[in-house]
Amino acid sequence: MLTESLGQLSIDNLTKIYSKSKGKKALDSVTFSVPARGIFVLIGRNGSGKTTLVRILSTELEPTSGRASINGIDVMTEADQLRRKIAIVPQESRTVPWMTPLQTVSSYLLWRGFDYSYAKQRAMETLERLGLGNSAKRLNRTLSGGNRRKVLVATVLASEAEIIFLDEPTTGLDPISRREFWEMLREIGKDRFTFLTTHYLEEAEELADQIGVLDRGKLMGIGTLDQLRKRVSYNYSMKIPISPPLPSSLKISKGEMVRGKDEYRILTTEEEAFDLSRELSRIGYRFTINPVSLDDIFFYLVDKQSGDSSEIGENEDRARRRSGNYWAAQQE
Amino acid sequence: MFQLEEEVKEEPKKDYDLAKSLPINLQGRNRFSQFIASVLVNSLYEMKNYPVVLINTVLSPLSFLVLIEFVSRGSLLGEAIEGGFIMSMFSAGMSLQGDLSHLKNDFKLQDMVVSSPTSWKVYLAGMATSELVYSLPALVVLGILAGYFLHFTPLGTITFLSVLFMMFITSIAVGYTFATFSSDIVQSFAFSRLLSTLFSTIPPVYYPITYIPYPFRYFAYLSPTTYAAELAQNAGGFIRLSPDAVAIDWIVLAAVTVTLFFIASRKARWREI
Repeated sequence: MLTESLGQLSIDNLTKIYSKSKGKKALDSVTFSVPARGIFVLIGRNGSGKTTLVRILSTELEPTSGRASINGIDVMTEADQLRRKIAIVPQESRTVPWMTPLQTVSSYLLWRGFDYSYAKQRAMETLERLGLGNSAKRLNRTLSGGNRRKVLVATVLASEAEIIFLDEPTTGLDPISRREFWEMLREIGKDRFTFLTTHYLEEAEELADQIGVLDRGKLMGIGTLDQLRKRVSYNYSMKIPISPPLPSSLKISKGEMVRGKDEYRILTTEEEAFDLSRELSRIGYRFTINPVSLDDIFFYLVDKQSGDSSEIGENEDRARRRSGNYWAAQQE
Repeated sequence: MFQLEEEVKEEPKKDYDLAKSLPINLQGRNRFSQFIASVLVNSLYEMKNYPVVLINTVLSPLSFLVLIEFVSRGSLLGEAIEGGFIMSMFSAGMSLQGDLSHLKNDFKLQDMVVSSPTSWKVYLAGMATSELVYSLPALVVLGILAGYFLHFTPLGTITFLSVLFMMFITSIAVGYTFATFSSDIVQSFAFSRLLSTLFSTIPPVYYPITYIPYPFRYFAYLSPTTYAAELAQNAGGFIRLSPDAVAIDWIVLAAVTVTLFFIASRKARWREI
């Protein structure tokens, strides 16, 4: 049921099948509703459907079926009205090399309908706020990668848009630049609804008021970090390298295990985590133990729920891996 | 449906006030601003920041003119100047298809504009005009040459300017249509080269069509630039066309333009599917 109330992002059965995808669903009946304020972070692997969802919500792409609305404005039928309120920095967008940051930001404001002089003044103010005042009249191509990305975000920050879409804005940035970027995103999220996609889980952990987890076009979970944490129902996460093979004597009775690329991840209770730690220490295995993080939640939700679907070929193996007996089975 | 209704109803912890966040009061969107943004981004800023491009825009239409002047020992200078004008107009469309594709696929700039209050009509009008602005240096040089070497009657002047306008509109239709088919810069360059060969190298734009022997002359009539050149040469008194031929030339130019715009409007979508 679509809740078309003010202050909500509502998505109802949104499905997208690209014409050249041979029927594969980029988005598969995605349905959710979140308050349209603060920072909403959509996490997912590459190809999970994040960009498709953002492009539909930002009126760039038509869905195959389903509906969506932001603050009661329908994405499909009231696109012109919505476009007055939204702004986007698309994935893989780049600054135009023959322009300066000032020209980049001010021309975007002109496209939004600002007067020329006000656009220029507003652009300069925004660039100064972001620490780019001294670079405002240098060519974009002479800026660092991080600053070029900042210029793009400055365009939407300078605008009057109430709803901002940022599709993987920090991909490819070094850790320090990324942290600087987070400050900027927090700034935007203070007074506008910011819809951010990322595959950096720590970014979501750091910034999000609400988090959505998307995998293979399906919504796997949504809520605040605390709410998602509760869905996992375990407190601790242990990580053990895949090699050397683990002893068959090691049994997990209360928790669940997920096999990652290089490590086993065991999500379990405090009590069992303590027992397993003691056993692993005794037999001399390396491991780490931490409270459950968003990283663990993501793996848990994605593995658990895609494992329940019969459509995906790998899932039988995944389902087996989640069983505590998988370990023993591997050793036999 | 995803079953998390109770959870998502909760408000986020932070207490943001959206009303406070909007210091800007846009009384009315300025369409001229939206139009001029495309002109600035696609021509003026590039011309200002990379002045070297001005040399290229001047040289491109003049190169053929100089060649024709030397080969014909001056006898075809008038036709060549007219041809330079026509090619300047036509190159606007060829550049448009490359630029639209470049800004959309490489910079994702068009995606940002789609999600803004600018309509596709204003965006396209601005981009098309930007191509004309980009050609201004060449047009100024050609204008000076025309002042010395071309002698139009008042009716001829009107006809010539109408031909140029028509050529511009036709070229924009060609460029817009091809831009909708190109999905990356390599494809875009391929289209550019194809269009350039088909519409500027083969057709008799810089000289009268009578210089082309049969049966190749028929091929020349496949290009809209041939009709434009015939009309311009007729207006300048370099060739004599019958009223029927003039009418046919105008009809063909109009038909090509309308057809291409129709194809583009069917194929091109501001919001992708």
